[in-house]
Formats: sequence, structure tokens, C-alpha cells
Amino acid sequence: MLSLGSGGAKSSKPSFVSYVTPEEIKLEKDPQKKEKHPDLLPGEVVFCSANPILKYTQDDLSQRGVFGTLLCTNFRVAFISDDAPQEEMSKTFKNKLYGENDIPLMCVDHIYGVYDEKRKLITGGLVKNKCPSKMIIHCKDLRVFQFCLTFSKEEDAKRIFQGIAHHCLEEKSLKCVFAFSYLRSTNPDHGKSSRKCITRLDSKSEMLRKREAIMFDSPEDWTQEMKRTKAQCRLVTENENFELSQRLPQYFVIPSALGDLFNYQGKGLPIWCWSHHSGCALFKASFPSMTQEDGDFQSHLDTMITAVARNYLYSVKTEDLSESLPTLQDIQQSYNKFKQYFLIDNTTDFWLSDVKWFSSLESSGWLDIIRQCLQKAVEVVECLEKDNTNVLITEEEGTDLCCVISSLAQIMLDPYYRTLMGFQSLVQKEWVAGCHAFLDRCNHLHQKDKECHSPVFLLFLECVWQLVQQHSPAFQFSETYLTVLSDSVHVPIFSTFLFNSAHHRESVMKAESPIAQSRPLSCPTVWDWSVQFDSKAQNFFFNPLYSEKVKHERTVRRPHKHKHQRQLSLPSSAFKTPTKKGFFKDETDSLKKMLRVKRISRWMGSPDSPVVASKEFYESWQQRPLDYHGLLLPSLDGPSVRVWMQRYLRWIPEVHIMGGGSVAIMTKLMELLSQVEDLKRVLEQRDPSLATQPDHPPPLHHRLPSFGSSGRLSSSFPFTYSRNRSFKPIIPTGLMQSLMVADNLANQEDETS
Amino acid sequence: MASAPIAPYNSSPLGNSSSQNASRESLKMEPLADVTLLPGEERVIDKDIIYICPYNAAVKGKVFITNYRLYFKNTDSETPVTLNIPLGVISRVEKMGGASSRGENSYGLEITCKDMRNLRFALKQEGHSRRDIFEIIFKYAFPLSHGMQLFAFLSQEKYEENGWNVYEALEEYRRQGLPNNEWRVTFINKNYELCDTYPTILVVPYKATEDDLRKVATFRSRCRIPVMSWFHKENHAVITRCSQPLVGMSGKRNKDDERYLDLIREANGTTKLTIYDARPNVNAVANKATGGGYEGDDAYQNAELVFLDIHNIHVMRESLKKLKDIVYPNVEESHWLSSLESTHWLEHIKLVLSGAIQVADKVSSGSSVMVHCSDGWDRTAQLTSLSMLMLDSYYRTLRGFQVLMEKEWISFGHKFASRIGHGDKNHADQDRSPIFLQFIDCVWQMTKQFPTAFEFNERLLVVILDHLYSCRFGTFLYNCESVRDSNNVRTKTVSLWSYINSDTSLYINPFYTPESSRVLYPVASMRHLELWVTYYIRWNPRIQHQQQSPVEQRYKELLALRDQYLKKLEELQLSDSAPSSTHLTNSSTPNAATPNQHITHLQTPF
Repeated sequence: MLSLGSGGAKSSKPSFVSYVTPEEIKLEKDPQKKEKHPDLLPGEVVFCSANPILKYTQDDLSQRGVFGTLLCTNFRVAFISDDAPQEEMSKTFKNKLYGENDIPLMCVDHIYGVYDEKRKLITGGLVKNKCPSKMIIHCKDLRVFQFCLTFSKEEDAKRIFQGIAHHCLEEKSLKCVFAFSYLRSTNPDHGKSSRKCITRLDSKSEMLRKREAIMFDSPEDWTQEMKRTKAQCRLVTENENFELSQRLPQYFVIPSALGDLFNYQGKGLPIWCWSHHSGCALFKASFPSMTQEDGDFQSHLDTMITAVARNYLYSVKTEDLSESLPTLQDIQQSYNKFKQYFLIDNTTDFWLSDVKWFSSLESSGWLDIIRQCLQKAVEVVECLEKDNTNVLITEEEGTDLCCVISSLAQIMLDPYYRTLMGFQSLVQKEWVAGCHAFLDRCNHLHQKDKECHSPVFLLFLECVWQLVQQHSPAFQFSETYLTVLSDSVHVPIFSTFLFNSAHHRESVMKAESPIAQSRPLSCPTVWDWSVQFDSKAQNFFFNPLYSEKVKHERTVRRPHKHKHQRQLSLPSSAFKTPTKKGFFKDETDSLKKMLRVKRISRWMGSPDSPVVASKEFYESWQQRPLDYHGLLLPSLDGPSVRVWMQRYLRWIPEVHIMGGGSVAIMTKLMELLSQVEDLKRVLEQRDPSLATQPDHPPPLHHRLPSFGSSGRLSSSFPFTYSRNRSFKPIIPTGLMQSLMVADNLANQEDETS
Repeated sequence: MASAPIAPYNSSPLGNSSSQNASRESLKMEPLADVTLLPGEERVIDKDIIYICPYNAAVKGKVFITNYRLYFKNTDSETPVTLNIPLGVISRVEKMGGASSRGENSYGLEITCKDMRNLRFALKQEGHSRRDIFEIIFKYAFPLSHGMQLFAFLSQEKYEENGWNVYEALEEYRRQGLPNNEWRVTFINKNYELCDTYPTILVVPYKATEDDLRKVATFRSRCRIPVMSWFHKENHAVITRCSQPLVGMSGKRNKDDERYLDLIREANGTTKLTIYDARPNVNAVANKATGGGYEGDDAYQNAELVFLDIHNIHVMRESLKKLKDIVYPNVEESHWLSSLESTHWLEHIKLVLSGAIQVADKVSSGSSVMVHCSDGWDRTAQLTSLSMLMLDSYYRTLRGFQVLMEKEWISFGHKFASRIGHGDKNHADQDRSPIFLQFIDCVWQMTKQFPTAFEFNERLLVVILDHLYSCRFGTFLYNCESVRDSNNVRTKTVSLWSYINSDTSLYINPFYTPESSRVLYPVASMRHLELWVTYYIRWNPRIQHQQQSPVEQRYKELLALRDQYLKKLEELQLSDSAPSSTHLTNSSTPNAATPNQHITHLQTPF
């Protein structure tokens, strides 16, 4: 580590090699410079590089850093320290695709240039101007990098700066995304590579993948899911070649009462999500807001609603999510504001923002949006679980908030989705096969059109995290898993997050695959975690607290089962009476009138009433003993909805608790677990009869993360490690900023005497 | 605990309940049978009453009052609603609604408690029923205002251990390695003649004479001279505590005080003694007007003065009041975070913690420090005790924590009686302030950040706070040792530690991992500080009250499972004398006290 002040640094550093265009750099000319390159991935090419560049070390405010080479490839921005990398070696939790000093291009959020001590946001236009002295990169996974460019030759600095700005910020086309060059190089037909490529032909990895998640890309997957939930619906296979609609999945399920009704490109078509054991089901649909007085279309929608109602006891409640939840733009704006509080450049800013921390969080509105989504999901759950009515959630596209709410409701209702495999299958079912427009929403291509960007999927993960945080033993996966999943969205390798719909994926893959190939190419999915992590690291995805269901307990205890049966035995002519007003539109009564009223007015109620009603639902649930394999509801009180500390604070050294945090407890737990496992093994070896004893304790988990025995870990483990930092405390600065206790109390004497 | 069960309660049913059937009748008889009175506790009165629960509808039931508690049980439904409140918790009793008030349940009592809740009861208007109960509660909740004794003096509880012996000053100083050739014990305050709010045993620089001490006392507010309170065994740096110097407007100097501070500094060769003045700078300046002040640069050239910006007792009291407003009875929902911020409660916690961090950091780097505020019994106690908790792992044990509170808070004269107002009716007393609660909150924040570093659990902290108000034990009564002595607290009352130590298993943190030489530095950032929901919002049924966290539950299950396996293994080994198996025994012999001693071989190499 060198201090910035040491003046001789510049001259002593060797010059560097840089490349202007990718075409020129296929071959490394200077073998000496080879060490300065990272281990390139298949298909990865270096665009440009510069040396020496000073990377400021984050956990230090004394403006110190490390010298090294900064590169830009078609996959990442990489910094390679001139010193031998020591820490990387000892990491158990290491991403195989990119290291701690690498930023996948897609992961770059903003670039700032520092010109004469002033920080300026770099947009396309500024790149032509002079080179800044310092470049700050904010990443989508909330890392912050600061590079000092003044030590290398000016033209080199300028080139690397422009190169990075260009490749990270300029609008690009999908086929320039790294996944495609990676794919071509890893494809066995296209030359040898050590890397495993997953194609449809590869039956072995296909099997492996099947174990990780159900893809919902075949009729069998859907049939299986209907069987599992005992759904009485109809599988549609007519869209196999996207003849009905390009916005619909290849295969999907609809109410069995629907006949040939595929007009309007599938608009209004209720897509089945999940069936409750009582028989009622959750559907989602894209419902365009009705501006035109189109009678035909109106009656088309009415037919759809009727079909949903006929699924179970002629009951249906509809909810237009675009009316009751924030818009995509609201979500985007709120998150933009929220994340700024975690992208901290220096200690001074950290302590300055500490003073108004809570009100800052609140003003972003992000936690409130999370609360609203969870609230809405609870309302859906209540309709299904308590009222046993079918639910149809709708919005303009039917693939954004519908996905959020339906996935959340399913996680709350169905313990299967709280397993790792179940959760991944749910994401496949609702989001990937369900045609969530990942490419547009995540803005992977840096399109300038701001309208369609929105972190909807992240919002969903945030909501799931709240549930995990509140009811940890109910989930097989850990918070680390969710954090990694949220990071993986920005790793341009996986087909999972690269496309806007099933049709989009199919057509792009077909276009990109060589003509010779009989089948289209296929990227790995994110669920093939071995692409990113070795099996040891993958163990961190499992929650050691997960209380697995005891095997012999065949029947799930459902406290309300008798009630459901009672309701089932009601005369079927009985239309369900609405239990409360002002909440989900109960369509049942108005079915005959067939909704001549404008759609806008269909769901209107006083804003408080649903909250009050679902409070009762929550309270009655809360009073029952908690069953981690039963219905799970989140607490939505102020103190209960929290910041996802691991994701947002993991890179900020000021908040790392050395030797503390929940990691300290988990370490203890893991130690004891492995101890118990070992004892059990010893016992079974000595006395095999023990293994078959009827009162044998439930099986323990076999996938335990190794926390290592290196003494104290920081609270941000496994994402950052304690770097032999002195155990100096962090002393807050600027404490008195907000405590302007204006009243005269502050000036009073302690004692009145 | 020996205690006499109360006889079933027999009361004639009131007129309007005559329609109740037999089972209802028996239910009415029941309420008092399930509360066990403490030895020495006596029933005073009971009454039909309606409890206006803020979370449910009004609950009909019966209240009964003893010389220790207010107990309520509902009679109107099968789901039990009970209240069991020591009268000491009550801060204020008011009548609400008059004879003319209309509307249901508008005629009754409102009881404000010191533990973050209010209780409302409605009574029938006829028959002076309210006047009776009001007067009785008023009398027994505030016995000192009525010439009566606190319940701690009436209690006949007996425990095996005498908690008054938990803290012996000399023993504690000996543990720290004192006296030595730098520090000596003085008995100058044996009869509280030097300082009436200090303990009898004090530790002072070896070179300071008794006469020096007397001279210094004239220059320190309320004669609270700088005395040593904690000694760093390795680097010999110390924490000393005192009150402000009596500098006054004229900027008086005192050579004896200056020399005395130099003796403290010299004891371990510290180049500059760091004086932490807990107050904000402006307040320290303002104190000059009333004769106080701070150590000026020119007078104390070998000292460095740091202000820690912690506000006074009045600011803290108002802050807690605001906090109560947003959490009781209902949690402010729409703007929870900004409301929380506007109470400043966590910000005060942050300031206290970061002050303590600075003290601990200075001491562990080898420099001696002196801590004071105005009188040295509020903020000073917070800072010294918290920094000791960071520095000395002994204080993180169940027993060590008791010693810490006995030493820094009780013996050094934190004015518990004034700050809490035990048995006193004057609820608006300006001397009341939640300083000790704030300290316990800081401790809780530390236990949250370091969940394996403390031997005790959250429950201990809650029980301590409950008995801070209850007046059942003598531990927190009175302002200082001299008053405690004259009231014979040690002989006439039971110590809270007698009760706690009679069943320590309730207060043990299963994750505790002793690490003797480790300094704990919590992160005093709002990012990590959180509201202690399970204390401040514990009355709200919507807030989840898990008896144990899932992690703790699972850990305990595993511990039991491990013991079970070990037992089986032992049995197998007894029946099997083959020597080949002994290596297994050796490597996994149970040792409940140190469960992680033998696990190293089980772990995958890092």
C-alpha cells in the first residue's frame, strides 16, 4: 500500500499497454504484461487498460490506496493490484466469474468524474471532455470504487476513462452483451473450452438443472404443478410457437371454463398462478385500462372474469394493482433515492448522513413500497385462505406487480416455495416463464428511455427478505442467497435475466445460434450456481435454522380445515357474500349485471378499511401457534419493516462490527451442528441400530457453510473479510449536527436545587 | 420462593350479574386464586372494575390491590386478560370524568406508569367506589408521601444467597490488581465526612495525602473528588471519575486540584491526562455562572479536555416522553422512522455510546482518563460503566455486571431515588430522568451487536428495569450509600441479586463465548442502533413476543441433542472396553462449560 503523498510513485511506474478496439487485441503482444490481466473468461476480450492507476482503499479515510492496472473488457472493469493478491486466496465465499475488484459492465450504475475537487456525473456527452483526476464508480450491487487517474500518462488515463464510460454507459444492443460471446466460446461445437456449457443436448446438466429448479418451459412442468396444487384448470399448449401472443408464455394454464377466447393478443386472459387446497385459485391478467368505449372488448373481459369465478363457487375478487400500488416510475424513483444512502464515498459523508438516517430512509419511500406490496399480498392471501374466493389480480401488462404480489402470496401460503428448489421454481414460474421484462426493467442495455426501467424484481426480493428476516426457520434458503441472487441479475451470463419474454428469448437465441446448429443455443440459467460458486460457497445459501418438516407427519396441520369443508358443503347456488366492503372488488354480485360501470370505478373504497380488515386477519393468525410449514404472514408495523442490512451495508467499513453481528451466533450454531453431526456418525458406526430407531431425531442438514476458524469475523461476512485491521473503534464525527435542542431544557442545570 | 397462597375470594355478586349461570359464578370466584402473594404482601381492597384495554374492547373484571401490587383479571370471557403491576411502577393516578360525564366507561381512573404504559379503568358512578380505590392506590403507590414504608421494607422474602454480598469494594479493587505502588485505598470517607454521596472506600493516587484529598474536595462540586474506578492491568492506565471543578465566573484556580490531576497522570506516565467532560461545550461554559465549569487549558497544562456533547437529564426525560407518545398505545405507522428520529432517543444513545467508545479507546491505548459531567452521578456513571463494559470482560458476566452496577451506579451515588421517584407522588418532579434506563438501553445495543460476548441475556436487562421501579428489592433505593446506611437497607431489605442469583439459568445467554482480553467496540451509528422493541413496545400484543429467538431455540435443542448423544456414547463405551475406541472419547468428551474446546478437529480447514 502506498500513500498518495509519496511523490516518486509516478515516475517509478512502468508504462502500460492499451488497446483501442477489440479487434486489435485478440493477441497479447507483450508477454510481460500478461500478469496484469485477469484470468479471462471464455469469450472475454480486453478493450483497454492503463497503469499505474491508484485504487483508493475503502476502509481507510487517509486517502491511501493500491497501485495497479485498470482494464476494461467486454465483460467487466477490472483492477489488478501490482502487489500479489493475498486475500482472494483465503476467501471461502468467492465468485468464480468476477473478483472483488471486478465490476461486470452491466453492474455499473453510475460513473462520476472528479474535476478540480468537484464531482460530476458522467453521461455520454462529457466523455469527450478532458480526463478527470479521479473516477468514482457506483455499482448496482452497491460497491463504490474510486480510482485516481493522475499517475498514468494522460492519454492512457483518458483512453481508459473513455473506454469504461463508453462501454458502461452507452446504449448497446443485446447481442453485444457478454453472454453471447461467452456462449459461443463455451459451446463445444465452437472450439474447446474447459468451461461447462449448458445446452439442451446436455442431458446430464439438464438433469442437474432440474434438481435446482423447475423451469416451467414444458407442458409437463405445468401439469405437475397443477397436480401438486390440485388445480382444476386447463393447460394451453396452442402458444407453443407464439401464435396466440408474443407476450404470453409458451405454455400456461387458464380457468377450465374458458373456451377459444384468444382474441386481443391474450389481453385480459386470466393466467393461473396457484390453487388453494380449498379449490379457489389465484389468477393474474393484463388488463388494459379502458379508455375507449369498446363494448366488445368490455364483454370479452367480463367473460374472462366469469370464467375465473366459475373456477370455484362462482366467487371472484379482482384487484387492479396499477391503481392500488405505486407505479413502475414511483418504484424506480424511490429506489434511486434509497440506494444513494448506501453509496458512500467517504467517512465524512457517512457520518453526515448518519444524523438524518431514519428520516432519509423514510423520505425515499422504499420501505413503504415494500410494506405496501406485502400488505397487498396479505390481502390476496386473506381472500384465498379465509374467504376462499378466487382472486384475479390485474395490471396493464400483467407481468410486473402481478408477479410481485402473486409470488409473495404463494410464498406466504405454500411452504414448498420456501425451500430453495421451490423458490427458484417460483421465480421461473411467475417471472421467467411468466414473461417479466427483465431486460427493460433492469435496463441492461442502458437505454435512455426512462419509462420502462424499474427494479421490480429487486422489490420482490426485498419483500421476501422481510419474510425471511421475520420467520427465518420457515425458509430453507438464507439471506446470503437472496443477496447473491440480487447481485446475479447484473451478471451478463445468465439467460434468466436477459430477456423480456419467452418469445424474446426464443427468437434472440435462434438468431444468435449458428445456422449449422440444429437447436438454438442456450445460456446457463442463474440456478446453475456452480457457474458462479463452488459447492463450499454454495453452502452459504442454506439456512441452518430451517426447520425441516418432520417426515412422518404426513398431513399438514391446517387449523381451518374444518371450516373450509363446512364451506364446501354449502349449497353451491349460494353466491359468496362479501365479508367486507371497500377492499377487493367482489365481482360476485355484479356478475349478472356484467359490469356496465366504467372499469375505473370498480375498486374504490376508503383507504383505511382494507388495512383495518387485514389487521384482524393478521391478529387472528398471530394468536395461533406459529407453524413454519403453514401459513406465514409478515408483521408490517413500523419497526418490523427493516433495511436489508446485509445487501446494503456489506461494503461500508464504518458499519462493520468486528467479531459481532449475527455471524457470531451463526458461527456458534454451525460449530455445534457439525459437532452433533459427527457424534451422530460415530454413534451410528458403533451401533447401527440407532439409525433406525423410531424416536430418532429428525435429520440434520448436510450442507453446512464453513465459517472458518479464523477467529473474529466481521458482521458483513461472507461478503467482506476483516483485513487485519487494527481493532480501532470508529468514532462518530459531527455528532451535534441535528441535536439542536432549541428549547431551554438543554440549558437547564441537572439539579433544580 | 416461599409464599402463602391466597384464600379464594368470596364476594357477593353484584346486582347486575345475577343472571350469570353457575359456571360464570365460579369464574368470578377464581380471579384471585392464581396470583401468589409475596411473603409480607397483604391484600388491601378489591373491586369490580372495567379495564379499558387499548388493544381490545373494554374488559370487565376484578381488580385487587395489595401493599405491593395491582392485579386485574377479567371475568367476562374465557380468554384471560390479566394485569399484574407492582405499585412502584405507578407514576401518577388521576380521576377521569366527573359525576356529570356521560358516555360509557367515561368515569374512572387513569394510571400512568414508569414502564411505558398507561392504564385506564372505568368504574360505576354509584357508591363512592372510585373514591375508595383512588385513595388506596394513591396511598400505596406513593407510600413515602404518606408516611409509610416502601414495600422492600415489608417484604419477608428469603433467598439462599445474600445478594448484598455480590459487591465488596475491596474485593473488586483487588480483582483489578489494587492497591499497588501507584494507587492506594483510603478510608478517609469512612463516615462520609469527605463526601456524603461517595462510598466509604476510595482509591486515590499513592502519592496523594489525606490532606490533599480534603483540599481537592473544596474545589470539586459536592466534594466529589477524582477517584480511581478502573485499572488497566497491562498498561496501568486508569479511569477516574469526579464532578466538575468549581471554576466559576471568575475562573478560579486551585493549585491542589491541578497537582492532584497531575498525580493521576503521572501514575502510569501518561503524557497528557484526557478529561472527558460529558456535557456539551456550551453547557459547561454556562455552568460557570453557577460556580461550576471545566478545566481550563492554562490551569491544567498536562491535560486535554474533550467535550462529549451528551445532554442533561431534562433533555433525556423529554426524549423518552416523546418516545412513549409514538409507541404507546399504538405504534406510529405512517411515519415510523421520522417519528422515531424526532424523539432523538437513539441519537442520545449514540452520543452516550460514542463517548464511552472514546474513553475505552483512550484507556486501551495506555492513557489515563478522567470523566465528569456536572455532579458526576448521571452522565459520568453512564460513560464509566459503559467503557468498563467495553474494556473488561468480567463485567460482561452475569455476576460481573451486577458488580459493575453496584460499583459505578449504586455506590458512587447515582440518585436513584430522585431520578425514579420511588414511592413519591410528585410525578412532575424535575429531578426525574431515565438515565439508568438509557444506560441499560446502551448495554442492550451492545448485546445486540455482540451476541456472543455477554453471559447474560435480554431478560436480565428487562427484569432489572422492572425492579428498578417495583420497590420490591432494596438495590435501587435511595440516592447514595450514606442514606442507604442510615436506613439500614442492607439488613432490612432483600437485594435484587438475591432474587436473580437464585435462578441464574433464566438469565444465561447460551451463545456466550468468554474472550477475556478483548475490547468490544460497538458501532455507534444509526445504521446499527435500533429501538429496543421488546422493551419499549412490549405491551403491544401485535409486536411479536417470542419467548426465545428461533436461533436460541434451535441452539438449545442441539445442545440437548449433543448431550443425549454423548450420554449414549458413554454408555456404549462402558459396555465396550475395547481400547481402540478411546480416541473418540478423548476428542469429544462433554464439557458443558466450554463447548467449543474440542471442536477444532471437526472443522474443515479454512
